[in-house]
Amino acid sequence: MHDGAVPVLDVKNLKTVFSTRMGEVHAVNSVSFDLRPGELLGVVGESGSGKSVTMMSLLGLLPSPPAEIRGGEVLLDGQDLLTLGEDGLRKVRGREVGFVFQDPMTSLNPVFTVGFQLTEPLRTHLGMSKTRARERAVELMELVGIPDARRRLGDYPHQFSGGMRQRVMIAIALACDPKVLIADEPTTALDVTIQAQILELVKELRQKLGMAIIWITHDLGVIAGIADRVMVMYGGQVAEHGPVRELFANPAHPYTRALLQTMPKIHGARDAKLRVIEGQPPVMGRHPESCPFMARCAHAFDRCARENPARRDLGTGHDVACHWDHLTGEPVQTMAEVQS
Amino acid sequence: MSVQTPPKRPLVEVRDLKMHFPILGGLLRRQVGAVKAVDGVSFEILPGETLGVVGESGCGKSTVGRAVLRLYEATAGSVIIDGEDIAAMPAEKLRQKRPTMQMVFQDPQASLNPRMTVAGIIGEPLDEHTDWSRARKLERIYELMDAVGLNRDFANRYPHAFSGGQRQRIGIARALALNPKFIVCDEPIAALDVSIQAQVVNLLEQLQDDFGLTYLFISHDLSMVRHIADRVAVMYLGKIVELAPVAELYANPLHPYTEALLSAVPEPDPSIEARKDRIVLKGDVPSPANPPKGCNFCTRCPKVMEICHRIDPETIEAAPGHLVACHLISNKQTAGSTGGPEAERKQTENQQGEVA
Repeated sequence: MHDGAVPVLDVKNLKTVFSTRMGEVHAVNSVSFDLRPGELLGVVGESGSGKSVTMMSLLGLLPSPPAEIRGGEVLLDGQDLLTLGEDGLRKVRGREVGFVFQDPMTSLNPVFTVGFQLTEPLRTHLGMSKTRARERAVELMELVGIPDARRRLGDYPHQFSGGMRQRVMIAIALACDPKVLIADEPTTALDVTIQAQILELVKELRQKLGMAIIWITHDLGVIAGIADRVMVMYGGQVAEHGPVRELFANPAHPYTRALLQTMPKIHGARDAKLRVIEGQPPVMGRHPESCPFMARCAHAFDRCARENPARRDLGTGHDVACHWDHLTGEPVQTMAEVQS
Repeated sequence: MSVQTPPKRPLVEVRDLKMHFPILGGLLRRQVGAVKAVDGVSFEILPGETLGVVGESGCGKSTVGRAVLRLYEATAGSVIIDGEDIAAMPAEKLRQKRPTMQMVFQDPQASLNPRMTVAGIIGEPLDEHTDWSRARKLERIYELMDAVGLNRDFANRYPHAFSGGQRQRIGIARALALNPKFIVCDEPIAALDVSIQAQVVNLLEQLQDDFGLTYLFISHDLSMVRHIADRVAVMYLGKIVELAPVAELYANPLHPYTEALLSAVPEPDPSIEARKDRIVLKGDVPSPANPPKGCNFCTRCPKVMEICHRIDPETIEAAPGHLVACHLISNKQTAGSTGGPEAERKQTENQQGEVA
């Protein structure tokens, strides 16, 4: 699909289904993407777009039942994580793949010191001795910019501010030097000035450590600042994907286009009225056979109800899942139509 | 929309409002200190105007909103709404005054009673403040549902059957029920998805035009406040550090905190983001229980001076309608009349250079 290096992570046709009383929900519907070494992939979507569920499916973090991974491959350096089983996955989580969650208060354990939580992965995954692990923990805390690191090892999470807690989370995720770091809305719970600090830190860490990062967010502004490539998700599917500049300059999917227009700007002319995406966010993946954005789309036509659009290559690594051609403003011709 | 029309009498006048929450400690639970959530805030809002209040969590912006409606008993200061000081009003008089001032809350999930129907929720203010017949109330409820874009058929459903954006519309309809003049909107869009935020903001603007409402719009979303507000107050640690007309504030921020806050907002444009010279503030906001001596911002200010650690800066009017509390600006003004405007112009140029 792309040129360049061999991907560290290659996800193919991942399908996750939740069984509920009201029937099946296709939370992740044939999602494919890859992640190359040293790259930052931004994943954008609203609540219910399936962005978090996708990442949790990769590492088997969803309770089953109700969740069931119904198909696909998740290749981490060539090894399929979906066939690993619980014991195998445990060796991958935190070791090969680090995770940073949205809310640092609920994802840190309040009854253990930060030092304990930082040394835990080092001791279990890398078999370090207690003293060696503490040394490494101090290094990690210094790396993420926590002042007075050695003394603060003995502190509990509540003694840290929100921004510092998120730095601790990042330090834990980085502890075993993972190949891939997955950050799920890591700055959403933070104030803008603190968010700016964390974004600077991540840019700096990327230069120092060169790991591959998946950054999940609903904030297109954050993505514009840090990502190399962007994947826009809607209703459990990839709506559009491409290099960051290309995607922001030439958004092809009606959803991406509307999303960019609906956000008020901090500079430039002030719109009299905000552009609106009509309707409500989708009730997730009830009708996997039709396009999830159809009900809110300004360009929807009959084919959108019959056929869920496949991803269509636009060149330069940019692809879109839509029956409507943003360049011509017309429906894309089907194979049958081209031949006739 | 513009505020340059001849001086109208403000609808809301807040003078030196203070809201200190006691910290109790010791065996006898005596007061051992105070969280100075709001510490001497003054502003006014003209009829039909929207005043935006921005700031980070813990700066006291929500407390201002609540104290202005006397949902808290303020520690000191006066709040004059439509000519009457509500901070010192007896309870029964206040109750009669309530219909003119209402609130829209942040979390539509938590602010709607899950065991009441939509009609019950929207009609509750009518039960409380009018002696209308049932039929008349129901008619009013339908009218309100139309006004906020809710389907009348859903009047007997419960809040859980609605999405976040629709729930916020229910909250707005309830606030409108008694024809208020003044509405405090406390982070009304913070809990909503990006694609729904614009819907709710457009609705608020539409209602303002239709009913001549005056808003105090509290938010941490600087882009959205730029869109909706006529004037904006920036709060830091319980105080207003800068207050100016919206265009002026965003184009020509004078306080170093405002500058940093604006530069921290990520913009959805990779080419701007790549060139942006972001001011990254060091450290965290100090605790309002123990604010620093001198200027509240002195612990994080990139342009801090010696005087800032000693003396709390006075609020001065740097330009017409542009209030700021910073020693940098007061110094400049006392240093000479030529220095001020020139330096300001330079600042504007910098700002534009950054954007272009």
